[in-house]
Amino acid sequence: MTQTDVVASVKPKRGRIKCVVWDLDNTLWDGTLLEDSAVRVRPEVVEEIKRLDALGVLHSVASRNDHDAAMARLKVEGLDEYFLYPQINWNPKSQSVERIAKELNIGLDAIAFVDDQPFELEEVAHALPAVKTVDTARIATELASEEFQPRFVTDESRVRRDLYRAAVVRDQAELDYTGTNEAFLSTLDMTFTISRAKREDLQRAEELTVRTNQLNSTGRTYSYDELDALRTSPDHLLLVASLTDKYGGYGKIGLALVERGQPAWHLRMMLMSCRVMARGVGTVLLNHVMRLAKADGARLRADFVETGRNRVMYVTYAFAGFSEISRDDNRLVLESGLDQIQPPPAYLKVNVE
Amino acid sequence: MSNDARTQIRTFITTKFPDVTFSDEEDIFALGFVNSLFAMELVMFIEKAFGTRIPNEELHLGNFRSVALMADLVARQTSAAVG
Repeated sequence: MTQTDVVASVKPKRGRIKCVVWDLDNTLWDGTLLEDSAVRVRPEVVEEIKRLDALGVLHSVASRNDHDAAMARLKVEGLDEYFLYPQINWNPKSQSVERIAKELNIGLDAIAFVDDQPFELEEVAHALPAVKTVDTARIATELASEEFQPRFVTDESRVRRDLYRAAVVRDQAELDYTGTNEAFLSTLDMTFTISRAKREDLQRAEELTVRTNQLNSTGRTYSYDELDALRTSPDHLLLVASLTDKYGGYGKIGLALVERGQPAWHLRMMLMSCRVMARGVGTVLLNHVMRLAKADGARLRADFVETGRNRVMYVTYAFAGFSEISRDDNRLVLESGLDQIQPPPAYLKVNVE
Repeated sequence: MSNDARTQIRTFITTKFPDVTFSDEEDIFALGFVNSLFAMELVMFIEKAFGTRIPNEELHLGNFRSVALMADLVARQTSAAVG
């Protein structure tokens, strides 16, 4: 491997790790649980878990152990609530890591796997090369690296684990529900709130532009300062959307930037977090902007950049009645005459602040 | 082909909405039970079931309003692929 290959393949990217997956025996605690039920939890590891948790980095477990015994031990230590989708079974750890990534809906390159056994580290590295593997002996230095330092620490970072824990309960309810998807959604008591972005929303707004890929109309990222300028610009509207249901909040999940004008308003950017992809709320923010433009006697245009990952967003616009009016390679402008605007779905309450 | 496509599309919709009855020509969006999420599922279903990728210019609501219109869309895509 040449020097450039090394640089390209292991290029550290600030904050790329969104979840740390922990081994238990001789990593989280000293000893082997099956041989010694009184294993001693390592305080320096717990400290790292709590530190990263406060920054919004998630945690999970991949351990070959007896599931019930290991969970009971974690509960006694008050640590069970830190771990999302813990995988405690006898399967290869690469399978466990893959499952966690799928459940959390994050990429394998956003996962770090910590273990003391060279065999386990190599098995995961071989099967899932995108995962960052960390030897337990090196956590003090590795976990301090910038890959583990989120680019943004917002109000939402601190409660991210709670958002995911609510999602676990909600997902289970969905699995247990025997009716149609539509009927399930109507059991959730969802409220979708749209408001003008306030200063305290901007960090999360910036984060959304960086983290959102699939439901993103342009893929363009905006900095805090850019967003702050746009928020206070008289020609622009910067809207944030949030969603709650009976299980709790989903947080701030949508963002739209509109430039007012005549004969058309121009939607410069719209995105929706993948957290709410399955909630059928994708068009609610768009419909709101359509109604505002219509009330102003304008048409509505929208910038769209085909990124290869955002086709869902294209369909959202197309089915809302937008069509292409110009195209330059992968950069499109879509337009709607606003003759037809869909009402919000019946299972959802829309609240405009 | 067209009848087969109609059957498959109808089956897909009635699995999701077992309580609704509608004809092949009826506007399922006007019946009010199709939300944006289901619209996306329809696109995904058609592309997967009929092994086609619907081009952007065909991706508009008009092509998805009824079982018959969706089957026509499928017929256009599959004949385009062969021709």
